[in-house]
Amino acid sequence: MTIITGKKKDKIDRLSELAARDDERGVSLWQEAFRRLRRNPAAIIGAVILALFVLVALVGPFLVPYSPTDTIGIREGLIRPGVIPGADGDHWLGYDHQGRDEFSRLIVGARQTLLVGVLSTLIGLAVGALIGGVAGAAAGLGGRWGRAVDTALMRIIDMMLALPSLLLAVSIAALLGASLVTVMIAVGVVSVPVFARLLRGSMISQANSDYVLAATSLGVKKSKIAITHVVPNSLAPVIVQATLTLATAIIEAAALSFLGLGNPDTAVPEWGVMLADAQPYLGVRPGLAIYPAVAIIITALGFTLLGEAMREALDPKLRK
Amino acid sequence: MRASRPKVAIAAVAVAALAVAGCAESDRDDSSGGSKKDTLVFGVAGDPKVLDPSFASDGESLRVARQVFETLVRPEEGGTKVTPGLAESWTPDAAGTTWTFKLRSGVKFHDGTDFNAEAVCKNFDRWYNAKGLMQSPDVTAYWQDVMGGFAKNESADLPPSLFKSCTAKDATTVDLAFTRVSSKIPAALMLPSFSMHSPAALEKYDASNVAGTAEDIKYPAYATAHPTGTGPFKFKSWDVANKTLTIERNDDYAGNKAKLKTIIFKTISDENARKQALRSGDIQGYDLVGPADVEPLKGEGFNVLTRPAFNVLYLAINQSGNPKLADVKVRQAIAHALNRQALVDSKLPPGAKVAENFLPDTVEGWNGDVAKYDYNPEKAKALLAEAGASNLTLKFHYPTEVTRPYMPSPKDIFELLSADLKAVGINVQAIPLKWSPDYLNATTSGNKHDLHFLGWTGDYGDAYNFIGTFFDRKKDEWGFTNQPLFDQFKDADTTADAAARTEKYKALNKAIMDFLPGVPVSHSPPAIVFGKDVTGIKASPLTDERYATAEFKS
Amino acid sequence: MFRFIVRRLLQLIPTLFGLSLLLFIWLRRLPGGPETAILGERGTPEMRAQIRRNMGLDEPILVQYGRFVRRLIKLDLGTSTNTKRAVTTEFLERFPGTVELTVMALVIAIGLGIPLGYLAARRRGQLLDHASVGGSLIGICIPVFFLAYVLKAIFSENLGWFPASGRQDPTLGATRVTNFFVLDGIMTREWDAAADALWHLVLPGVALASIPLAIIVRITRASVLEVLNEDFVRTAEAKGLTESTVRRRHVLRNAMLPVVTSIGLLTGGLLSGAVLTETVFAFSGIGAFIYDAIGQRDYPVLMGFILIIAVVYVLVNLLVDLSYSLIDPRVRVR
Repeated sequence: MTIITGKKKDKIDRLSELAARDDERGVSLWQEAFRRLRRNPAAIIGAVILALFVLVALVGPFLVPYSPTDTIGIREGLIRPGVIPGADGDHWLGYDHQGRDEFSRLIVGARQTLLVGVLSTLIGLAVGALIGGVAGAAAGLGGRWGRAVDTALMRIIDMMLALPSLLLAVSIAALLGASLVTVMIAVGVVSVPVFARLLRGSMISQANSDYVLAATSLGVKKSKIAITHVVPNSLAPVIVQATLTLATAIIEAAALSFLGLGNPDTAVPEWGVMLADAQPYLGVRPGLAIYPAVAIIITALGFTLLGEAMREALDPKLRK
Repeated sequence: MRASRPKVAIAAVAVAALAVAGCAESDRDDSSGGSKKDTLVFGVAGDPKVLDPSFASDGESLRVARQVFETLVRPEEGGTKVTPGLAESWTPDAAGTTWTFKLRSGVKFHDGTDFNAEAVCKNFDRWYNAKGLMQSPDVTAYWQDVMGGFAKNESADLPPSLFKSCTAKDATTVDLAFTRVSSKIPAALMLPSFSMHSPAALEKYDASNVAGTAEDIKYPAYATAHPTGTGPFKFKSWDVANKTLTIERNDDYAGNKAKLKTIIFKTISDENARKQALRSGDIQGYDLVGPADVEPLKGEGFNVLTRPAFNVLYLAINQSGNPKLADVKVRQAIAHALNRQALVDSKLPPGAKVAENFLPDTVEGWNGDVAKYDYNPEKAKALLAEAGASNLTLKFHYPTEVTRPYMPSPKDIFELLSADLKAVGINVQAIPLKWSPDYLNATTSGNKHDLHFLGWTGDYGDAYNFIGTFFDRKKDEWGFTNQPLFDQFKDADTTADAAARTEKYKALNKAIMDFLPGVPVSHSPPAIVFGKDVTGIKASPLTDERYATAEFKS
Repeated sequence: MFRFIVRRLLQLIPTLFGLSLLLFIWLRRLPGGPETAILGERGTPEMRAQIRRNMGLDEPILVQYGRFVRRLIKLDLGTSTNTKRAVTTEFLERFPGTVELTVMALVIAIGLGIPLGYLAARRRGQLLDHASVGGSLIGICIPVFFLAYVLKAIFSENLGWFPASGRQDPTLGATRVTNFFVLDGIMTREWDAAADALWHLVLPGVALASIPLAIIVRITRASVLEVLNEDFVRTAEAKGLTESTVRRRHVLRNAMLPVVTSIGLLTGGLLSGAVLTETVFAFSGIGAFIYDAIGQRDYPVLMGFILIIAVVYVLVNLLVDLSYSLIDPRVRVR
C-alpha cells in the first residue's frame, strides 16, 4: 500500500518536473522566437513603423502647430466651393475642406486611429476568446454535454460568418446610433468568429497533444490542465492574429466612415473619417484623401509586417 | 484519363459555351445599335420607384414622368410661372371655385387614342375615387398634399377633398369644380402627379388596382411597365439588372418633336462615381453635382447648368423641449450667433444666398422688409444673458449619409454652425443620425430635439407650399402653438384675389421672422451637368428639365 | 456521399428557422420603420401611423412572424416596401450581377494568386518572392473604396481603357434572358454584348479581388513551403522525377487543401461583402441593395435576401467540403 502511494507520488513528482521542464522550454520558445524576430528585417521595419505611430499618437497632440478643429481657412475666407488652398509656409499640407490645418489633423488623428484599432480588436479578442475558449474547453472535456455546447457555439459562429460582415456592422450602428463606441463594437464584432475559431482549434490540438494526455492519465484535474497548460499554450496564435486584426480594424473603420457610419464626434480627427470626408473633394484637392490613405496603409502595413514575422517566428514547422 | 485538370476544365467551358450559344432568341432591334449621337445617357442618383406619377413622390420617378407625360398647365421653361400645357387657357368663375380649361386639340396618347375633355375627367375621377391602398399616404402623396382627401375617405385622419367634380362640356372644354377657394389652383396642377394618362391604357393595365394586403402593397402592371401619356418621349424599357431606364422619341408628338432618339437614365448613387463616369464618357450628363465640383467641371469644358435656387435650408428650433427655447430672446441670440454668410461662401455652390425668409425671393409673397438677424456674436451673448440663459446646453441633431439639393454636405454645415454656437457660449451636444429613417423620425416627432436642420424644395411657385407646409399648424418639428399665426394662414389660403393674397403672404413672412420659430439659413442653387457637346437643355428651378430639346453639337 | 449531402441539407432547415426568427426580431427592434423612409421630409405622424396600419406593423411581432413563415413555406418572400416589387423578382434581377462580379474576382484571385504563391515559395528569398509577398501585404492594407477610385481615375478617366460604371453599355440594347449578362450574350449570340459585359467586370473585379488575392498568395506560399519540406517530395525528387511531375502530382495537390478551404470562406464573404465595390462602380448587385434596404428598413427584402445568402453560403461550403475528397483521397466525406 505504502509502496504504491510512494510510487504514485514519485510519478506525480516526475510529472511536475516534466511540466517545469516544459515551462522552461516554453520560455526558451519565446526567447527563441524573439531572437528570430530580431534577425528578420520585415519585423524590424514593422516594429519601427509601429513605434513611430505610437509615439506620434502619444505626444503628437502636444506638438502640432494649430488646433485641429480651428476653421482658420473659413474665418479668413480662403475656402470657396471648389477652392481649397494647398501647402504654404505655415500650413505644410495645406487646409482641409473646412479650412483646418491638414498637417495638425493628420498628427492628432493618429491617437484616435490607434484607439479605434486597439479597442475594437480587444473587443473582438475578448468576445471571440470567450466563445472559442468555452467551446474548446467543452470539446476537450468531451462527453455528450461538452460536444453539445461546442456544436451550439460553433453554429452561432458559423451564422456570424454567413452574415455579411459589413452589413452586420451597419445594422449594429443603426441599432446603437452613431458613436465612437458603436464603431468599435461594429468593427470588433466582425473579428469575433476569427478569434473564436482560432482559439478553439488550437485548444483542441493542444488537448490531443502528448503532454495533456500524460497529465490526464495521471489523474490531474481536467479543469486544471485547461487553465494551466492548454490556454496559455494556445495564446501564441491568438496574439499573432490580434496584431494582424489591428491592421484590418483600422481599414474597416475607414470603410464604415465611407458609408457615413463613422465616429460622428467632429472634435477629434481620425484618419478613416478624414479619408471618407475627403471624397467629395477628390477633384479639388486629391491630397486630402491621399495623406490619410497613405497614413492608414503604412500603419496597417506595420501591424501586418510585425504580425507576419511573429507568426513565422513562432511557427515550429518553419523553425527547421 | 491522363489529361490534366486545367485542360479538362477549359474543354468543359468551351463545350458549355457552344451548347448554350444561340439557345435563346436575340430580341435586339438593329436601330438601337445606331449612331451614338442619337442617344443621351444621363446619370441619376437613384432608381425611379414607379412609372405612374400618380403614385410617385421621388424625384427620379418624376423626372421620367416629365418626359413621358404632360399636364394641363406646366411651368414656363426655366421658371416657375404657370404656362399652357395640354390646356391652352384657363379661367376661374366669379366665386373662384370652378375653373374652365380650354384644351389643345389633335393631341394623341402614345397608344393612339385621343386626348380630350372626357379623358381629363376620367383621370380626375380615377384619383378622386381612389379606394383601399390607393388612399395610403405613400401611394398618392401629392394628391393628398394638394387635394386632401377622396370621394369616400376610408381613414378618419384624411381631410375632406378640395376637388369636387370634373365635367366635360365639349371635346376641348372641361370644368374642374372645387369645394373651396385655394391658392394652390392652378399652380399645383403643374405637378407631374397630375399628368394625363390614356384612359384606354389605364383600363387595359388595371391601373387603379393597387392590390395586396398588409405589408404586401403591389403596384399594377400599368405603374411598373406600361405608362402611357402624351409626352415627347415614350417609355421603352426598365432594365433593373443594369440600373437603366430607356425612353424613346414619340414620332407622333403633337408639338416640337424630340431631337434625340433615345434617352437613357442610368443610376449611379455615389456622387464621385457619377463624376468619374462623366469624365470617362460612360454618361453624357448627371444631376446633383457636388458644390465643390462645379468650378472644376466648368474648367474642364463641361456644360454646368445652375438651377435658380428654389429651396430653403433652415435651422429649426424646437420650443417644446428645452423651456429656454420658448423665449424669443434666446431664439434671436441663436440667429445672431450664426455666421450664415461664411457658410454660404465656403460650402454652398456659386450663386447661393443667405435666406431672409423661409421662402426664396422668386416666389410671390417674399418680403424684404422683415426683421433681419445679422452675424453679431456680441449681441447674441448679450441676448442670452438678458434671457438668463448664459449656460445653455442644446441637443443639436444632424443627418449623415445624405445630400439634398438644399443641403450638399450636412456634416460640414453642422460643424460650422455648431462652432458658431460654441463661440457665443452655447454648449452643443452633437447628435448625428442616419438620414433615413432615424433623423427624419427624431426631428419630426417627439420633443427630444432642440436644434436640427432641414429644408424644402418647392413643388410649384406658391408661398403656401413653403411657409404653409412648415407653420400652418402645430407640428412636432417646431413644437409651438401660435393660433393667430395659424389663423393668418387660413385666411391667406382662402383669399381668391391673387394680389390681395400676395400681400397677406408678405404679412405672414414678417410675422414669422418676428416670431422666429427657426432661422432660415440659405437658398442654394443645385447644379446639373452635361457633356461638352450637349446643348439645348434649360435648367429649371422645379427640376423640370426637358430632354426633348437636348441635342449634340456637331 | 449522398447521405452526407442529404444530412447537410436537412441541417439547413432548423438553422434557417433560427436565423429567420432572430433576424425578424432584430430588424423590428431597430429604431424607425419603413414608413419614415417612404415618406421622407413630407411625413407627418398621422401618415406614418396610417402606413404602419396598412402594413400590419402594429400587430404583435409573433403574429407578423407567423404570417411571414406561412408565406415562406409557399416560397413567397413578399414585396419590397421600398420598390413595391416582389422580393424574388428583385433577387433574380440583382443576384446575377453579384455572382458575375464574385466569379470575376475569384478568377483573378485564384488565377493570379496560386501561381504567384507557388512561384514565391519555389524562389523563396528571391526578388519574385519579396515582390509578391510585399504586393499582397499592400493589397490587404489598402481600403477597397480608395483602391476603386484610384483604379477608375487611372484606367477610366485618364487612359479610357475600361468603363467606370455599370454592368453593360446601355446603348447596346442587349437582350436579357437570365440577367447573367455574359451568359446572355453567349446564349443570344450577341457577342459584342457579352464582351462588353466582361469588360465592365474588369475594374470592379480587380478592386474586389485585392484582399482575396493577397490572402491566397500568402496561403499558397505557406502551404507549398510546408509541403516542399516533406519527406515524400524529397523522395520524389531523389527518385529523379521531373520537376513538373513533382510539382503537379505531389506539391500542388498536397498544398491545395488549405487553399481550397480559404477559397470557400472567401466566396461567402465576397458574395455578400461587395457593398463598397458595387456602390463605387454603380454595379447592380445585391450588396448595395441590401445596404440601402437597411436604411429603408425594408423588412421583406432584408429577410428574404439574407436567408437566400445564408443558403448560398452553406451550399458553397458544401461544395468546398466535397472538393476535398477530389483533391485529397485521404479525406472521405461521411
